[in-house]
Amino acid sequence: MAVGTVFMVLYLLVELAVSDSSKSSEDVRCKCICPPYRNLTGHIYNKNVSQKDCNCLHVVEPMPVPGRDVEAYCLLCECKYEERSTTTIKVTIIIYLTVVGALLVYMAFLMIVDPLIRKQDSYIQPLHNEEDTERLFCPGSLLAGGVGRMGPVGVQSPASDTRPFAPSHAQARANTVLERVEGAQQRWKRQVQEQRKTVFDRHKMLS
Amino acid sequence: LLKMLGKCMSILSTVFTTKHPADSLVEMAKDQFYRRGSFNSYQSNTSDEDMVEIADAPLDFSLADDVPPLDREPQEGYTNHNGAGMNGASKIMDFLDEPIPGLGTYEDFNTIDWVREKSRDRDRHREITSKSKESLWALIKGLSDAFSGWLVMLLVGLMAGAIAGLIDMASHWMTDLKEGVCLVGFWYNHEHCCWTSDETTFEQRDKCPQWKSWSELFLDQSEGAGAYILNYFIYVSWALAFAFLAVSLVRVFAPYACGSGIPEIKTILSGFIIRGYLGKWTLIIKTVTLVLAVSSGLSLGKEGPLVHVACCCGNIVCHLCAKYRKNEAKRREVLSAAAAAGVSVAFGAPIGGVLFSLEEVSYYFPLKTLWRSFFAALVAAFTLRSINPFGNSRLVLFYVEFHSPWHLLELVPFILLGIFGGLWGAFFIRANIAWCRRRKTTKLGKYPVLEVLVVTAITGIIAFPNDYTKMSTSGLISELFNDCGLLDSSQLCDYINDVNSTKNIDDLPDRAAGKGVYMAMWQLALALLFKIFITIFTFGMKVPSGLFIPSMAVGAIAGRLLGVGMEQLAYYHHDWIIFRGWCSPGADCITPGLYAMVGAAACLGGVTRMTVSLVVIMFELTGGLEYIVPLMAAAMTSKWVSDAIGREGIYEAHIRLNGYPFLEAKEEFTHRTLAMDVMRPRRNDPPLTSLTQDGMKVEDVETIINETTYSGFPVIVSKESQRLVGFVLRRDLIISIENGRQRQDGIVSTSLIYFTEHPPVQLPNNPAALKLRSVLDLSPFTVTDHTPMEIVVDIFRKLGLRQCLVTHNGRLLGIITKKDILKHIAQMANQDPDSIMFN
Repeated sequence: MAVGTVFMVLYLLVELAVSDSSKSSEDVRCKCICPPYRNLTGHIYNKNVSQKDCNCLHVVEPMPVPGRDVEAYCLLCECKYEERSTTTIKVTIIIYLTVVGALLVYMAFLMIVDPLIRKQDSYIQPLHNEEDTERLFCPGSLLAGGVGRMGPVGVQSPASDTRPFAPSHAQARANTVLERVEGAQQRWKRQVQEQRKTVFDRHKMLS
Repeated sequence: LLKMLGKCMSILSTVFTTKHPADSLVEMAKDQFYRRGSFNSYQSNTSDEDMVEIADAPLDFSLADDVPPLDREPQEGYTNHNGAGMNGASKIMDFLDEPIPGLGTYEDFNTIDWVREKSRDRDRHREITSKSKESLWALIKGLSDAFSGWLVMLLVGLMAGAIAGLIDMASHWMTDLKEGVCLVGFWYNHEHCCWTSDETTFEQRDKCPQWKSWSELFLDQSEGAGAYILNYFIYVSWALAFAFLAVSLVRVFAPYACGSGIPEIKTILSGFIIRGYLGKWTLIIKTVTLVLAVSSGLSLGKEGPLVHVACCCGNIVCHLCAKYRKNEAKRREVLSAAAAAGVSVAFGAPIGGVLFSLEEVSYYFPLKTLWRSFFAALVAAFTLRSINPFGNSRLVLFYVEFHSPWHLLELVPFILLGIFGGLWGAFFIRANIAWCRRRKTTKLGKYPVLEVLVVTAITGIIAFPNDYTKMSTSGLISELFNDCGLLDSSQLCDYINDVNSTKNIDDLPDRAAGKGVYMAMWQLALALLFKIFITIFTFGMKVPSGLFIPSMAVGAIAGRLLGVGMEQLAYYHHDWIIFRGWCSPGADCITPGLYAMVGAAACLGGVTRMTVSLVVIMFELTGGLEYIVPLMAAAMTSKWVSDAIGREGIYEAHIRLNGYPFLEAKEEFTHRTLAMDVMRPRRNDPPLTSLTQDGMKVEDVETIINETTYSGFPVIVSKESQRLVGFVLRRDLIISIENGRQRQDGIVSTSLIYFTEHPPVQLPNNPAALKLRSVLDLSPFTVTDHTPMEIVVDIFRKLGLRQCLVTHNGRLLGIITKKDILKHIAQMANQDPDSIMFN
């Protein structure tokens, strides 16, 4: 959760920094819209000038009317100074597309790959646990029992034959981290399942 | 500006006086509570606070005599006699001695007890204050605790603003993606693609060579039947793809992210717990899918969901800070302020956001929350402004600025628009609720994905041929609000200009409508019909969907139609008696854009029944103070009309449809029933399950817990006397017994449980007894069995109670919970009482 907040704040800082620092040439414009005048049609002038120069006299070039009419013509025109940040736009759209892409990949993972893994898992899981308890309680029988059982499944690395203790520790730690992640994911999935039942199946909420 | 502020303040003060009784009642209750504490004088320094608080609450003196005679009993007798010494000090000590994790938390779909939460916060606060006098470190900690509220608000504002900016930009881009793509950079939307282009012309100002429509890209032609069909096809395909993506993301990752969210936020703020509703997954998915839903062209807006998104931010930020993480009531204060920040960024109306939170969503809104909301709204608006999502230095797309005056006689069409808005609001609520009920109960609800796809397909197919439905809804509103000048070349502004006119550009006279305007009128009329009907089926689908923008669009179209009609009427018949004098030829007397704005306000008011916040939001949108009266007239009329037809706004209607336990503060309870008619147990039921303060064994209590499903039990002195001691929550009881069994030595099934101050006398070879005084609520609210229900309902509403015990002659008789009250109200209104589903 904190990570999310930090990320948001970072995003914000990037946005602010970007919008302040990089005023590239295509980030400012002075746009003058001149309505039809006498026999002239309406016209739009677009120029890259600073804010103080943003008026009809500087932007409308070439002037379509003779000198004495310039004032009248320019009175009709409306000039607006506008700023934008192309980097912000780019960054935002790319961030958004990345998030959508990540969610799509994760969705595909949850719907297609995950069930396959689960199916395998249901074979591995009980053996794994048994092995763990054996390791804990009777270290003497570890090698024979552990490897023998793991053999057919083919998960154990060959290194554990020679150095039984170091890898088992490493594996145990990796296991706990993995398990924690796994556990959190399972908890979250159960919650979503529950929510889906409430909203989509039982129609108790939000309908 | 001063005038505006003055108006705001007077509005505020009126609103506050209506909400204030709740506050003062709470204060009163607290005073009662703490005064007894100081009476027993365990802590002398609390009495200072008490004096201040008493002085603040004048009502309290009148109650002083009503304080039960218990207070006047001798002190020792009081504390020893039934152990009900109600002192905050001992409570604090107990909490400090054994902080048990999970204690004082609630289960999913439960109602919180505001009184308990607030008293816990005060205990905590008092503890910090007393500690801060001891050391510098504690002082700093105390200061940081006081400051953390503002820090949380700052973070909420920053997050809400940033997310709103992201949503604005992304949805703008994706909406345009349905029509074409920018060649100089795919991330530019249509407007930004042509931003620096010199090739835009006055007539076709959105055309530039950098932006390619799909037909130009694939067929290399921009006109003709083939190009049209290809564009049509791609438009609908994108819409379907976006909608499908949105609904499947919602379904897979966060089902709570669908809908508008405001009914649920209202319920949560009134003290209900929905776990996961404001979580981080909901936040991510709602943000992502909101963009998809908006850009799929469905008739929905992003404003309501933004409130939900901001509340998610509030909830997430609350987790950073223990003060808010652990206290549900405090957290709701943050959420109220977050809702304000949400509206602030949705409409670019910070003050309107604060008022919206106050008028529409919040349940408990003290002054402190007002200031915090103000700050959060300010930060959020500032953040959004610095991101500048639209590139026009405005916070919303449909910002308008016009200053043409209005005539008094124009109030008549404004009121007509108000009536239209009211009628539409009432019709929409009826139709939408009927449709949603259908979805809830029939087979329709079984196919949410298909439903979304069908509605999107219909929307896309009908919308594409009509220019005014093809564009994004906020773009449409922006065009309708716009006042036609010489600079505009759109179809809607195709007026016949007087070539010889030498008038200044700013005050154009009323002009005769050209062909384009008539054409636009037809298209707008069709768009109006389309929007009216499609919105009914769209709102409530399983994608994030807001209601503000579609209803504003309906109102704006109707208003613009009426405005143009009035304008032409005045132009051709300026000699009529009603136009004579103020609408002479060559005068600029009618502004169709203003009518569109008033219509939008009226329709929004008819649907949501907002008044004050609506008007403030509208004038913040327009920056024109002179239109307050027309907006007020329209908002008021529409509220009257729609209230006359159906009593509840769309959010209340959805709350009732879903059966959320929400005690409406706006409605009066007028039936003449008594507490004894509502309380449980009923006449023929078995007596109330209660615990005795000593003499029960652990196994007895566990049996009671296992056999019943009640979420709390009253504690009495003994079965014979039935005199009340306090109230203990089921969850707390379970947790503490489990904790006692694990941590404390000698706690077995035969151990005694006692709620008294001192352990009961027992034989030496008996197992150790378990003291549970710390989880006992010593100050449960009680009423007598003859209390009228009006008063009981009022107490529940204003104090935010969860349950209330009923006594008769001082003996415990029964219990009334919030659910009982809601069921009773439903029954009295001839509705099905079982529709209230949750506790």
